[in-house]
Amino acid sequence: MSEAENELLFDLTLDEDQQLNRDSMQRFARSEIQGISRSADEAGEAPAGFYDKTVELGLSLMPIPESLDGAGMPRSPVSNVLNAEDLAHGDMSLAIGALTPLSFINAILDHGTETQIANYLPRFIDDKFHAATIALMEPSAAFDPLKISTSAEKTADGYVINGSKCMVALGDSSELILVVALVEGEGLGAFVVKGNQEGLSFSKEEYMGLRPLQLNRIELKDVKVEMEDRLGEPEQAFDLERLVDLGRIGLCAMSVGVCESVLAYVIEYCNARVAFDEPITNRQSVAFMIGDMATEIAAMRLMVYRAASRAERGLSFHKEAYLMNLQCSKFAMEIGTNGVQLLGGHGFTREHPVELWYRNLRAIGLLDGCVVV
Amino acid sequence: MIYLETPEAVKKAEEQARMLAEHVFRPISRKYDKNEHDYPTELDAFAEVRRKGGAGGGKKAPADASAIVNGGNMTGVSSIAQLCWGDVGLMMAMPGSGLGNAAIGAAGTPEQKVKYAGCYAAMAITEPGAGSDSKNISTTATLDGDQWVLNGEKIFVSDGERCSHIVVWATLDKSKGKAAIKSFIVEKGTPGCELVRVEDKLGLRASDTATIRFENCRIDRDCLLGDKPDIAATEEERKKAFGGVMQTFDNTRPMVAAMAIGVARGALDMCEELLSAEGINLDYKKNRMEVSAIEAELYELEADWEAARLLVMNAAWMADNSKPNSTEASMSKAKAGRMCNKVTLACVKLCNSLGYSEENLLEKFARDSKILDIFEGTQQIQQLIIARNVLGKSSADLK
Repeated sequence: MSEAENELLFDLTLDEDQQLNRDSMQRFARSEIQGISRSADEAGEAPAGFYDKTVELGLSLMPIPESLDGAGMPRSPVSNVLNAEDLAHGDMSLAIGALTPLSFINAILDHGTETQIANYLPRFIDDKFHAATIALMEPSAAFDPLKISTSAEKTADGYVINGSKCMVALGDSSELILVVALVEGEGLGAFVVKGNQEGLSFSKEEYMGLRPLQLNRIELKDVKVEMEDRLGEPEQAFDLERLVDLGRIGLCAMSVGVCESVLAYVIEYCNARVAFDEPITNRQSVAFMIGDMATEIAAMRLMVYRAASRAERGLSFHKEAYLMNLQCSKFAMEIGTNGVQLLGGHGFTREHPVELWYRNLRAIGLLDGCVVV
Repeated sequence: MIYLETPEAVKKAEEQARMLAEHVFRPISRKYDKNEHDYPTELDAFAEVRRKGGAGGGKKAPADASAIVNGGNMTGVSSIAQLCWGDVGLMMAMPGSGLGNAAIGAAGTPEQKVKYAGCYAAMAITEPGAGSDSKNISTTATLDGDQWVLNGEKIFVSDGERCSHIVVWATLDKSKGKAAIKSFIVEKGTPGCELVRVEDKLGLRASDTATIRFENCRIDRDCLLGDKPDIAATEEERKKAFGGVMQTFDNTRPMVAAMAIGVARGALDMCEELLSAEGINLDYKKNRMEVSAIEAELYELEADWEAARLLVMNAAWMADNSKPNSTEASMSKAKAGRMCNKVTLACVKLCNSLGYSEENLLEKFARDSKILDIFEGTQQIQQLIIARNVLGKSSADLK
């Protein structure tokens, strides 16, 4: 540890850039996302032009090197976490969608060679939204990211990939897809596959929540990729743990944003809701549920920030991400279910957003490989 | 800058506290649990060290007023947690570490701080008929010439038997409510101040908990803590006056929450050690869906411990940087209190007979932990404070 590192203080103050950025994210979430959350959920897709609008936020541009005409900002999991939290406060599905190309870009920056970075990233320097995604998960009840069934077989001039991937965000509109597969005899590998590549077939999946996200099943049948499309140096094992952990940090940051929405909504609703001649929040049974929500959200946020700041500083962060994931998946769902409970029968109708948050929050802790911060 | 690691300077304080916890507290932990009312003489030698580096001290003013500080509160909570990893009862039994000392430090006049510098002061608030609703206390203080006359009974006074002084909450006029409540410093041995009994308890046995009666106990006029002997004239000033009293809790609640962090850590470490000896080890590389039930539960306890610990660090950081932290202080106490009780009881269960046995300290941690969710404001009082603040409710609306 360097001298400067020795003097680092425990601190929760945002720097000026983070604060400015935060303001614009929150403004965007309020004005461009919140209002379409319900209609997008009912439609099962983001409204036309929505993702192009997110380009003004510069999400994809930020970490791309200046030499490729990007903004050249350093890789900052902390800033990404703040963005994820704020955008998800508007709507979790649309927030994940908006950040999906950045997940892909971050994975390329973390695991790719200079040549690969220069190959894959320039397309994102544009005023149009370019979708790109990561295909990690597989349709299995006991899915384990470290035990991938999709296989990549080495051939004379490249690899042939076979397998089945699920919950791929923006799957069928992605120009590039990072496919995680097991290379026989070598271990895990990640391959950049073009969205229109022969051998790929997409089908739209319907889930309990995250409906506007265009989650796709992808079947890969004898998909051929070149040697240089395998991320990293030749035959170097892919550090999937890093990708999965950073994805969990991003998704848990979103759980904080969604839970803040639940909290704000139940405070307003329950303070106004009168039963037995007074607001129901005058009763401890109701008030304590809401107070506990606030306490657990505060703790969830601190765990997310800690894991992200360790990642940003180059410290180990696997254990912190693990504990964060456990805590956030447990309490995000508790907050989600209490959000519906506190509105009673009204909460069960689609007139209020609490049932939508309930459905979306169930994905925390199970969705992997999205929102890589 | 967002950074949530413990700074090096605080780590050094932690290491010192840990040495004391490991080499002084742990070896005599069971002894003073068994011999409940014996005075832990082994601690006398360390009392001086504790007084010098104790909570609330050591806060350096930064060169730049807007600079971030990791000061006395953070060092305090971190050291306390380490000491309580050793033994929470012995930590509280350290001479000179009474809650009354904290009150004198927070509210005393400069003269009082000097005069009582070396004392060991307990804090007497609770009465048989008033606990968390401290505005209802009925111990009275009446001015008679140049002396205050105290009358009433105080219970659950930590260090009440072994202390040299007691800071007593008494009312000047019960009809005037909270604003009439003042603190008085009484030297032990003052006629009319009588130790009535010492409690036998579930845990925390190394620390004495006393009942003290005041019967026409006369103390000098300048024994009133602070310099405001009058009841504020307007309603607003009265509210402010009591608010000032309650603000002490914004600093002390994270300290008590830190005790819970320490006890829970002690239990988790011991539990994991016992299980490790039988080949059960925590491994964060494993898929958590495929681990044993014991491991799965341990991961959840570790996660909840970390959640509570960060809330305590947050509350202390806010206090160090003069950010209003009333809600966050209560959150840290609420979460740490319930976490510690859950964790210590789970550790007993996870180790079966070894956990339940007096052969190890797990059963003791589980007995000690209960009080941490009670004193300095029960779980329910913290929830009440948090809920009122979050919902924007007055104490009249949310009772």
